[in-house]
Amino acid sequence: MKTTHLNLRAAMVSLLMFLVFLGAWQLSATAPSVAGAAKAGMTAEEIEYQKMMGKDPGAVKTTGFPPPLEVGKAMLGHLADPFYDKGPNDKGIGIQLAHSLGRVALGFFLAVLVALPVGFMIGMSPLMRKAFDPFIQVLKPISPLAWMPLALYTLKDSEVSGIFVIFICSVWPMLINTAFGVAAVKRDWLNVASTLEVQPLRKAFLVILPAAAPTIVTGMRISMGIAWLVIVAAEMLVGGTGVGYFVWNEWNNLSLVNVIFAVLVIGVVGMLLDLAFAQVQKAVTYVE
Amino acid sequence: MWSDTSQREWAAPSAPAAVAKAVAISSDIPAVQPKAHAMTGFLQIEKLGKAYQNDKPVFADVSFSIDKGEFVCIIGHSGCGKTTILNVLAGLDTASTGHAFMDGREIAGPSLERGVVFQSHALMPWLTVRQNIAFAVKSKWPEWKTPQVNVHVEKHVDMVGLLHAIDKKPSQLSGGMKQRVGIARAFGIRPKMLLLDEPFGALDALTRGTIQDELMTIVRQTQQTVFMITHDVDEAILLSDRILLMSNGNESGGSYVPGGLAEVVVNPLPRERTRAQLHHLPGYYDMRNHIVDFLVSRAKAH
Repeated sequence: MKTTHLNLRAAMVSLLMFLVFLGAWQLSATAPSVAGAAKAGMTAEEIEYQKMMGKDPGAVKTTGFPPPLEVGKAMLGHLADPFYDKGPNDKGIGIQLAHSLGRVALGFFLAVLVALPVGFMIGMSPLMRKAFDPFIQVLKPISPLAWMPLALYTLKDSEVSGIFVIFICSVWPMLINTAFGVAAVKRDWLNVASTLEVQPLRKAFLVILPAAAPTIVTGMRISMGIAWLVIVAAEMLVGGTGVGYFVWNEWNNLSLVNVIFAVLVIGVVGMLLDLAFAQVQKAVTYVE
Repeated sequence: MWSDTSQREWAAPSAPAAVAKAVAISSDIPAVQPKAHAMTGFLQIEKLGKAYQNDKPVFADVSFSIDKGEFVCIIGHSGCGKTTILNVLAGLDTASTGHAFMDGREIAGPSLERGVVFQSHALMPWLTVRQNIAFAVKSKWPEWKTPQVNVHVEKHVDMVGLLHAIDKKPSQLSGGMKQRVGIARAFGIRPKMLLLDEPFGALDALTRGTIQDELMTIVRQTQQTVFMITHDVDEAILLSDRILLMSNGNESGGSYVPGGLAEVVVNPLPRERTRAQLHHLPGYYDMRNHIVDFLVSRAKAH
């Protein structure tokens, strides 16, 4: 009862903040500039001259920033027909999202394939942990986009390079968390497995993996968050398709309405991805 | 004499004369038992020692044997090496010197022939009670089909009285119930020998008493050979046929004396004893005092 009450009040405050934000947006977007007043003190020739110079003093000048209603209308338009395809520079947001999600999924999947086994190895062997450590420490802080030129040169394909960038940015949190989770598996559980003469593979899948799963999934969740941040930037660079390219293309079209819409979509999809991983995390977490 | 090695193999359980004799004699003890004896037991420990620093072994020259069906407890202060000995028997640790044999074969690693009950119960929290025990059962008999495993698991869960909680996760169980599951898991693989590492240390006195009774019943029924670590003198007297007393290593007068087996106390009380009447049995207090005296005054000085 009390929590529903709290939730309700929180929702009211959220709504209020949203309305205040919309109001401020509306006001700032439609506020006319002062140009109109200048007209008064000018002769007809001066006005004519100003017009010829492209500075019409009579015109009502706005900031050019679209008001909320306009963005809302555009949003409905996009959402009503998300999968249209009218050539390379005009595709529905659904198609663009599908491209981005596809790249993220593929890069992320490849990262899982590498990070889990290598993380297991590092986590189980102190020797490997020490041996891998310098490489991880140096490679981890590199911005994934810094790899782009090398990827483009060696892979010779912008599509594959985009996927590589996702791979390289996803792999570190997963690798580090897997290694940490595996190394931190309780000695007791390993002892149980030993005294039961459990074979190594069975031990890896039935004891170590479930024991380390919460830590591993946390790593995956962080990786997915980073991958979704990076895909937008990567697609701006690589171009062609994807939600990042959509943003850049609409900026070139000077369609701020569409840019705002895309920004919102990126936020919502990122939130949904994170929620999905939160569910997975919930499923593998155990109470001791 | 409690620890007279010449009569340490078995104190005639219910003979009052033996009890009286045992009480009458004081305890001046040779710490190490004769070799010839150690060769007959089901489990044999020979000159076991563990050293983390070469010149200062934690314990050295520990030799004893355990017969089939015997219940042996080991008591000593923290750091004397009891757990190390148990881990060596379990195959989870290795000794620096000496050897351990079970059934004529040297113990060289963990084995399904020795079931271990851990102090911290060591149940896997992501598995239910049923799955925890089934994991052990499938490890022992990989060829078993699911129904067969289930029947076996249920039988052992029933044995510790937890059928009603068989599909619960360990986090939903109390400490005592968790430890019961640990015991059921160890019995479930039908080991030749059971190793208990202070299994009731973390339980409250009431629960501990109940589970002690249960454990004793099961052990008597199954004729299980048991080696158990405990800190509780009463627990040792209730459960065991013999009690090994260990002393800590210590520095005396500039020279270091490693810890080791100081004394073996044969339990003269009748084997069919219960917790409720334990303290009324003749000889109980003498034995208890003897062990407590040892722990208080002699355990640290070799």
